[in-house]
Formats: sequence, structure tokens, C-alpha cells
Amino acid sequence: MARALIRGRGGAAAGLRAWALVVPLAAFIGVTFVAPLGAMLTRSVHTPVVADALPETLRLLGGWDGSAAPGEPVFRALGQELLAAREARTLGQVANRVNRVEGGLRSVLTRTARRLRTAAPSPEAAPGAGTQPDATRTAGAPAPWRDAILGMDEAWNEVATWRAIERAGERFTGRHYLHALDLDEAPDGAIVAQPEDLRIYLPLLGRTLLVSLAVTALCLALGYPVAYLIARAPPDRAPLLLLLVLVPFWTSLLVRTTSWIVLLQTEGVINDLLVAVGVLDQDGRLAMIYNMTGTMVAMTHVLLPFMVLPLYSVMRTVPPEYMRAAASLGATFPAAFRRVYWPRTLPGVAAGCLLVFILAIGYYITPALVGGRTGQLISNMIAYHMQQSLNWGLAAALGGILLVCVLALYLAFDRLVGVERMRLGA
Amino acid sequence: MTEMREAVAGSLGEDRHESGTPHVEFLGVGKSYDGVTEVVRDLELTVYEGEFLTLLGPSGSGKTTCLMMLAGFEAPTAGRIRIAGQRVDDVPPRRRNIGMVFQNYALFPHMTVGGNLAFPLEVRRIDREHAAQRVRRALELVRLTGFEDRKPGELSGGQQQRVAIARALVFEPNLVLMDEPLGALDRRLREEMQYEIRRIQRTLGVTVVYVTHDQQEAMAMSDRVAVFNRGRVQQVAPPEVLYEEPEKGFVATFIGDNNLLHGRIVAAKGDVCVVDTGHGIVQAFLVAPLEVGDAVTLAIRPERVALAAEPGLYSNEFEAHVDDIAFLGDHLRVRVGVCGSSNFVVKIPNRAGHGAVLEDDRIRIGWTPLDCRALAPDKDEGGP
Repeated sequence: MARALIRGRGGAAAGLRAWALVVPLAAFIGVTFVAPLGAMLTRSVHTPVVADALPETLRLLGGWDGSAAPGEPVFRALGQELLAAREARTLGQVANRVNRVEGGLRSVLTRTARRLRTAAPSPEAAPGAGTQPDATRTAGAPAPWRDAILGMDEAWNEVATWRAIERAGERFTGRHYLHALDLDEAPDGAIVAQPEDLRIYLPLLGRTLLVSLAVTALCLALGYPVAYLIARAPPDRAPLLLLLVLVPFWTSLLVRTTSWIVLLQTEGVINDLLVAVGVLDQDGRLAMIYNMTGTMVAMTHVLLPFMVLPLYSVMRTVPPEYMRAAASLGATFPAAFRRVYWPRTLPGVAAGCLLVFILAIGYYITPALVGGRTGQLISNMIAYHMQQSLNWGLAAALGGILLVCVLALYLAFDRLVGVERMRLGA
Repeated sequence: MTEMREAVAGSLGEDRHESGTPHVEFLGVGKSYDGVTEVVRDLELTVYEGEFLTLLGPSGSGKTTCLMMLAGFEAPTAGRIRIAGQRVDDVPPRRRNIGMVFQNYALFPHMTVGGNLAFPLEVRRIDREHAAQRVRRALELVRLTGFEDRKPGELSGGQQQRVAIARALVFEPNLVLMDEPLGALDRRLREEMQYEIRRIQRTLGVTVVYVTHDQQEAMAMSDRVAVFNRGRVQQVAPPEVLYEEPEKGFVATFIGDNNLLHGRIVAAKGDVCVVDTGHGIVQAFLVAPLEVGDAVTLAIRPERVALAAEPGLYSNEFEAHVDDIAFLGDHLRVRVGVCGSSNFVVKIPNRAGHGAVLEDDRIRIGWTPLDCRALAPDKDEGGP
């Protein structure tokens, strides 16, 4: 009994020690990975800028019937809150957000705010001074804000403007995801596909998936024989061959990509060679870089080791007797390979393909450098929205969709192959 | 003496298989991987149809290489191999139609037992119905009826072994090779499988070439045993002959225990010779073509040495000092110093009256000339 107790305590202490060992890593991952990921995903649906800047306007718009421009109280709230936003220097963000909902409204908002600063009606402004009667106006009531703002920009008389503000004011929105999927919300709330010529993201996502699949297939086709060769090499030669696979792996990505530029460009080594031996003439030089070809070649090269290494480690565990047994039983090499060797290496094939595919689907630097205009992938679009257009919500939504794609593939893979059967190492 | 030898040879049924149709012939076969060291040298060996022949030897003696050359996985660097009278140098393994049982069975783990057995039939394009029937019969033969749908990983070591044997037989080859097939099994299971393999071989009448380093296994199963050492065949003979009439010192010590004494022949007449060991004169049975003056190795089985109750009972009698006694149940193993050998072993059956031997005693031991075989000394065969 006492001994069991001691052992039990020892076990608990060992468990605690084991946990203590992973705490630093867990903290690191939490701070540098999980938290930013969470923040990013939140950003894709959380849009508080307008809601924070124009709370009263939005509250009053809640009771608006939407048939024509709203009444004086809404205009007053808008005017005062625009002025406050200008003071707080958040007006630019607000204008940007509204502009994304309805193009052209950025200037309307900033102009209105600028003019209001000098021409805001005083709280005691006389009613009816120099204004035209208006259908939506409550008869007889004075409306200095309404008249002033309408006088500043005709856009305020349009229902669409107010609708845009209303929609930009939603604190949580699925609009980024709609955009990322080339969908749009019609004024009546129905979700419709963008016109064909405006669709950007879905074709890009499809292209990214296709390129990733093609790169994975290429890596498998090129890597499998290499891994087989290394696994079958005599023990004194295998490390050398493995080194040949690993040296590019250890070389800087930029150096490797630049090398491909040197090789593949129109005035590059390969084109020069082909022209020199007369396969091509001077005008017929091939465009092998700054397009999809360049992206695929460079990506395949960069990702090849990720295929070779898991394959090699699994192949090393397949005893050579299997192939000998198959031969002694009368099988030709292709039959023995297909029925005996290939099935034994499937865990490595699965691991390599999954690894390469997931790395490929989020590939950024290589397409950015050698992709040119047609060889860009979804990651490049995400980077564009992060750095150029500053539409972080959309960037986050695109990233979220990419994440969902990867997870879906992983789950499908788990269903089909079984992740626990996958082996990255021996 | 001559009569005695003939009597021994006759009773042992020597040359039982030195007739019949040759099935496998190694003709001057040699193998070297690096061009310098020869793993197998000048191998002349014939396996007859329906024979169970074992290649026995310590690890590195070349026996497995011989098997691999026969299967076609290695090519001889000298000589040639014939199967059923046909040279097989250019025949790939898959067309040699040889059943092979591997050391670790090499069952395909992703296929069921039935799938493993059907594999050789499918690659031979035997129709499904026929194949299923043959698989069933093969499983019946190894007493695993009803195991078709199991995976090899779900079977015990002995069952996997049976499946491996069934797979090597299912396509009905008439030559089966086995490479240390029982090495991974425990002792009891190994003995059981020895009987099983023998039974199956007899039932089917196939020729079996079997590789092992376990001399007891070789003795228990084989029609004939080829003893290998350092790439050379030392002796090919039925187990009884190997034991009773070893021709080389290596065989004498590798098959069972033997005491070796070294000396020089001082006189010889017919089969009997007199040998001076430097520490005593020994009468021995001359098996090698040696003459007076030649160096000689004497081999004496420990169980053929007796305690001499009274002097004059044996022609070879010596006083010996008891260095060590080990009690091994059915017998005592007594190490004595005699004739210049300090490691001379005497096996005394556990019978009444032998309890008298004590350590540090001086005892009288003796043996007959017939139990003392004079062999040519083993030359160092390591170099070229």
C-alpha cells in the first residue's frame, strides 16, 4: 500500500515534470502563433471602427424607414459625430470603411466634415432660414443640420449613402468572407455572386489549389525514385546522396530563387543554350520565368526535400527481403513494386504529399519573386491586402478561408489514409 | 580393422543419396563481392531430386551466399550452377520457379494470409477458382485451415512460419530453399517445426536446400549435410556419417563435441596407426591418406572415453588429472589434462558407481583405436 502510494506520487511528479518541460514551448506558441491567429480571424469578422465613431447616428438610423433621406435628428448626430471623429483623427478610418461598402463615399465624408468645421449650425440656429421645403421634413420644424449637410453634398440626399453607413456600422460582419468568396450582398439582403469579370478570389484560390496539387505531384514523381535510390544505396554511399538532397535545403531560399532567375530568364542560361544549339531562334526565346512556369519550377525545387526525406525514412524500414520474396514468387519488377513495395511506402507518400501540399498552398516568397503577373497565388493577394490596400479584414478572411481549406484537406486525408499511419520518420 | 570400418560404414547406410537424378549442381562455383575476398570457393556440390540437403556452417562461412546464388539474387563470379541439367546463369529469380522461405518470413504485412498465398498464383495468371483451391490445400498442408483472412501481424511466430512455408509451396515448385527459417522461434517450437518441415517435405517429395548454423537442427532434419567453413565445403555426408566419420578437424569439432590431440605418425599398418603426441603414444584409426612421419590430428568423442575400472582394458589408457567436474543431469562433464591437452573432456553417464570421481583426483581413462580418428590437420584456409 505504502509502496503503491510512493509510486503514485512519483508518477504524478514525473507527469508534472513532463508538463513543466513543455510549458516554455506552449507559451511561445501561444504568444507567437495562437494569439495572432485568433486576432487575425477576429479581424475578419469584427469591424468596430464605424460603430465606435458614429454610435448615435447608427442608433437613430435603426428607426429609419429607408424610403428617403432621414430626418434632422440623424443629420445632427451625424454632423456632431463626424466633427468629433475629425477631432479624434479617426475620420480617415471611418471614411475608408464606408468607402469599401460604397465606392466614392470617402470624399463625401471627409469633405462634409471639413465644411462642417467652419459652417456647423449653432445649436440655436434660426429655423427655416434660407432653406427649401422638403417632403421628408416634419412640417414646420426647423432643420438646420439637415439643411446645412444637404447643402454641402447632394450624396446625403440618397438612400444608398445612408444604407452604406448603416452597413459599415455593423460591428460584426460576414462581408469580408463574402468578398473573399466573390459574393456580394444585394440591397435586399440576398447573397449573389459577383459578375464574372469581377471575380478575383475564387479563381485565384482554385489556381492555388491546382498549383499546389501539381507541385505535390511533381515532387512525388521526382522524389520517389531519388528516395528509392538513397534507401537502396550501400551504407557508405547513402549519407553522401542524402547530403546532395539536403544541401539545397540548407541554402538560402533567396539564393535558390535567384539562381532560377539566372537559369530561366529570357536572356538566361537555358535560353542561351537552346539558341546556341539551334533549338530556338533569337525571337523564339521561351518565357520560363515571371509566369506560372517559373512559380512551379522554383516551388518544386524548394519543396522537393520535404518529399524526399519522409519517403526515404519510410523506405529504409522496408526490408529488401520483400522484393526478393516477390521475385522468388514469380513477380516481375513492376508487379512486385506495385503490389508489395508501393503499399509499404504509402505512409511516407502520404506524409510527404501532405507536407508539400500544405507548404505549397501557403507559399508566398517564391511566387512573389518569380511569379510575375500570372504566377501569383492566394498568399500574394493576402500580402497585397495587408501591405498595399490595407484591407486587413479581407486579408484575414482570405487567410481564414485558406486555413479552412487546409483543415478540410487534412480531415479528408485522415478519413482516407489515417493520419496515425503516416510516418515522417522511422 | 578393415572389417570394422566396413561394418561401421555399412550400418550407417552411407551414400544413401549418392545416386539418383541430380537436381541442383554447383560446378566450381566461386563468389567474391570485392574481387579479393572469396566468400565461396571452388564449390562442387550436387543436390539430388527429393533430397533434403542442409548447408551447415558458422556465420560467414558462405552457406547463405550459396543459397542466394541458387535463388538467383546473387551471381557467381566463377563456375556455374545447373538446375535440372540447365544452366541458370541468365535466368532471373522470378523464372527459376523456386520456393523460398526467408529468415524473417518476408510475409507481406499489408496482405492477408490468403492474399500472401494467392500472390504467386496471381502473378502466374492462374484463374481465381483454381487459385483459391490451391491456397486452401496449402493451408491444409501446414495445418492452418481457416486462416485465410488473418493478417500476418495477427499470427504467432510459429503460425507465420507455417504461412511462409505454405507460400513457398503453393505454386508447386519442385525445389524449395530455406534460409534459417527457424532462427526466430523458441526451442520447443523450433523442434516442432523441424518435424513439420520434414513431414511436409516427405509428403510432397520436393527437393529442399536448407541453411542453418544449428548443427542439431541439421542433424535432425537432413538426408545429407554439407558442412561449410570459410567458403569451402568441408564434408558432405548423412548426419550419422558426419558424426561418426568426420574427415576434417573442423567437422569433428563442429558436429558434436570432440577432443583433438596433435601428434606425428610413427607407425602405420592398414587402417591403424601409432601416433606420438609428445606426451604419450596413441593408437588410432587412420582415415586420411597419411604416411609415417606426417603430422596428424586425433579426434576422440567425449562419450567414447571411459573410466578404466582396471588397467589393460583399452589399448589407449592414460592417467589423467581431473581439473573440473560439471554435473549436467544425465551425465558428468569431466575436464582432464592428458597427452598435452589441458582441455580434454570426458562425458561420464550418470550411472551408479561414477560418483567416485572428484576434482583434483588422478583417474584412469581409456578409449579404443576405433574411437580415435586420425585426420589430416586442417590447413589454414583463410588466405588464397
